Amino acid sequence: MNVTITVNGEKTSHEVEDRTLLVHHLRDVVGLTATNVGCDTSTCGACTVLVNGESVKSCTVLAAQVDGDEVQTLEGLAGENGELDPMQSAFREHHALQCGFCTPGMVMAATSLLRENPHPTEEEVRAALKGNLCRCTGYHNIVQAIMSAAESAEGAR
Amino acid sequence: MSIVGTRVVRTEDPRLLTTGAQYLEDLRLPELQGAAYATFVRSPMAHARITGIDVSAALDEPGVVAVLTADDLDDIPESPPGREPLLAKDVVRFVGEPVAIVLTEEHYQGEDAAELVSVDYDELPAVVGVQQALTDETLLFPDKGTNVLSRGGAKEFDDEAFADCEVVVERTIVNQRVAAAPLEVRAAAARWADDRLTLWSSTQNVHGVRDELTGKLGLDKKAVRVIAPDVGGGFGAKIGADRETVVVGWAARRTGRPVRWVETRNENLMAMSQGRAQLHTITIGGSRDGRVQAYRLDIVQDCGGYVRMGGMLPHLTMLMASGVYDLPRVETAFRSVVTNTTPIGAYRGAGRPEATAAIERAMDLFAAEIGMDAAEVRRRNFVAPDKFPFTTPTGATYDTGEYAKALDTVLEAAGYDELRAEQRRRRERDDPIQLGIGVSAYVEITGGGPDAGETARVSVHPDGTVTVWTGSSPHGQGHATAWAMLVQDELGIPMDRITVRHGDTDVLTEGVGTFGSRSLQIGGTAVRNAAVEIKERARELAAEEMEADPADLVLDLESGTWTVRGVPGRGVPWAQLAERAGPEGLSADTTFATDQSTFPFGAHVAVVEVDMETGRPRLVRHVSVDDAGPVVNPILAEGQRHGGIAQGAAQALFEEVSYDEYGNPVTATLLDYTFISAAELPSFELVPMETPTSVNPLGVKGIGEAGTIGSTPAVQSAVVDALGHLGVRHIDMPASPERVWTAINEARTAQ
Repeated sequence: MNVTITVNGEKTSHEVEDRTLLVHHLRDVVGLTATNVGCDTSTCGACTVLVNGESVKSCTVLAAQVDGDEVQTLEGLAGENGELDPMQSAFREHHALQCGFCTPGMVMAATSLLRENPHPTEEEVRAALKGNLCRCTGYHNIVQAIMSAAESAEGAR
Repeated sequence: MSIVGTRVVRTEDPRLLTTGAQYLEDLRLPELQGAAYATFVRSPMAHARITGIDVSAALDEPGVVAVLTADDLDDIPESPPGREPLLAKDVVRFVGEPVAIVLTEEHYQGEDAAELVSVDYDELPAVVGVQQALTDETLLFPDKGTNVLSRGGAKEFDDEAFADCEVVVERTIVNQRVAAAPLEVRAAAARWADDRLTLWSSTQNVHGVRDELTGKLGLDKKAVRVIAPDVGGGFGAKIGADRETVVVGWAARRTGRPVRWVETRNENLMAMSQGRAQLHTITIGGSRDGRVQAYRLDIVQDCGGYVRMGGMLPHLTMLMASGVYDLPRVETAFRSVVTNTTPIGAYRGAGRPEATAAIERAMDLFAAEIGMDAAEVRRRNFVAPDKFPFTTPTGATYDTGEYAKALDTVLEAAGYDELRAEQRRRRERDDPIQLGIGVSAYVEITGGGPDAGETARVSVHPDGTVTVWTGSSPHGQGHATAWAMLVQDELGIPMDRITVRHGDTDVLTEGVGTFGSRSLQIGGTAVRNAAVEIKERARELAAEEMEADPADLVLDLESGTWTVRGVPGRGVPWAQLAERAGPEGLSADTTFATDQSTFPFGAHVAVVEVDMETGRPRLVRHVSVDDAGPVVNPILAEGQRHGGIAQGAAQALFEEVSYDEYGNPVTATLLDYTFISAAELPSFELVPMETPTSVNPLGVKGIGEAGTIGSTPAVQSAVVDALGHLGVRHIDMPASPERVWTAINEARTAQ
């Protein structure tokens, strides 16, 4: 079937096999490989992207299900000249990534969290990350980064 | 001011945070154009004879390129009997063991076709757990006559060792099997062209992968090139080439077509090497004044279906058995057994966390028996600072250590006395949420060993930039940042002009890799030594350039230029010297090796709240001192400690790979395997401490595994401590709510 998705602001249109998962569509057809697959049970969250602004595990969604929708991936966050957005910057400043495999999903989940809850407590951040697993960082610096991104957004207001 | 020791954010990150890294599955290389996708057919049985394989239905599927089985492995050296084969031939020995490889045009076609490969199995009784293995009623390798494939240490224990002790405590404890579970699963891709195999592998050590490929495929070293792209975590389980990786390389040659493979998480949790899996019987004896006189550790290592590194792990456990304590008598022994479960390999700590968990449990049991504070008992038995270098009864020679200082520092940072007071208050009012305080002290072994060298190449280019090649293959540790800092520190060339590369056996033909917390002390030293060598060559070149005596030349580290001592004026920049060096360039290759290991140490305090109604334990604070000598980049070192603490806490509280009685894994998805999440952890409180070693010029020890080694026993101990007033002395890991609830209720019933 034909699927039309606006990915990071650009309209894409492709013929896909009905059973194609959104994550595979993004990676193999659209050619954006930042979004990763870390499990097969929608547990790890490495594949998290935003669909119409809401975080979604793209391994749980068929490409066909988001026909006509807007999808944002990690590649869509930085500015035109590659400058990091506040969440990306916070992750870098706080060393919130090591191997980087969970990072694309983690950053998108964090972005979605602050849109829904701009002033989360540490406990709220931790609860919100339950669906995004990381094996390297022990989450300590990820939580710090998100708290700091929330604070700097507050300061900018 | 030197950049070493300062908080430098990682140079790796802008790429990882914008386009994402290039993991194996992300590779879109021209060499891999038209690659077939590999899917493995895996055994659904833990132990069975293969009586027939019919691939015809699979071959009729659309898109199927080939289906290959053990019978097709006729063009490579036969695997020795008793060793793990590449594809199972006559017998399968664990669920998930690869039996056939299916190659398809499209990714999704692989699983469809794999399901149509019909394998006939004649089921055999499964051996699950070391107790069953030790009965030898069912044998995995009947030719060996036993499931105990190796043993070592004391031939017989000497009970006289405990004869004079006022108090002796003995207990059997479980150090359970856990999954390494890096976020990126295993993956490989291969291409055979011009009589050469190029293999891309998600690995911790490309050279080890190459050497395994050459051996198993019967190829010359020069005929194999191994490349590591970005690697999404390893934790020990990506050391070397697993059988699937070798089969992918073989299949590319066999079919003349590039092949790419990435496993599913379900496969990963069945077939990637797992960790720990030891059963310990600990005996500890001493006097009521808190002095331990004798300690015995009897280990049974579960190796799983085949002996990978499971045979080696108990040696490390025995070596480190006595931990940070100066014990007059120590006895150790081990037996390694095979069972019909996933093979065991290295996992963050690999043999040392098991040693620490055992001795720390033993110290707690001894302390409880004599009614002394657990921290005080430790203090009374530490190796004293003036005894270093200290050789233990099991033959380890500790380089440097300040064990009492580490403990006192962490106790003070945690507010130990106030925590104990709070614990008393909660006990007195019978609070439904009880407080547990766990203390651990540890020492571990990192770095050195007979073949423990590492390679480096540092090249200064005529445009003033530098390329560093390292034999250490990072997978998240931040080598690119740390190595550039070391080179800037020696050469005065700013980091942003230094590129660090790794993971290509055609460029650095020799190297060892990243594991055992060895990178900085061995690989970093090699990089530093290469930079020092370059500096000496540059001194000669600068002397020629400036017509001065080399001894009078000075490198100004601030500007990165060479000047003649006492002569004012513009210096000679690196670029000019690289130009002058001619076509060979200004480059140095080094190997650094040392037989001497280093011994990082530390102490942890974990604070756990236990809900007495539900048994649920919650880690609320974790304070640690992890002393690995001088820190090159605190950001990176702290990151290693954070991750290590979380993984260690995960073993204490949540994680366990389990099988049913038939050997079916019941934790083979991330829904079932209780991988720790942010919601179950607090922020960690890290206390700095730096005691250098003299083993290497940087004075550093390894930090990669320390957090894991210290945190597991502290967290486990905290859970037990929360129930100490009920008379509970031990709860096996993981301390699940069910186990804790059961312990509470048994203790209350007994009272």
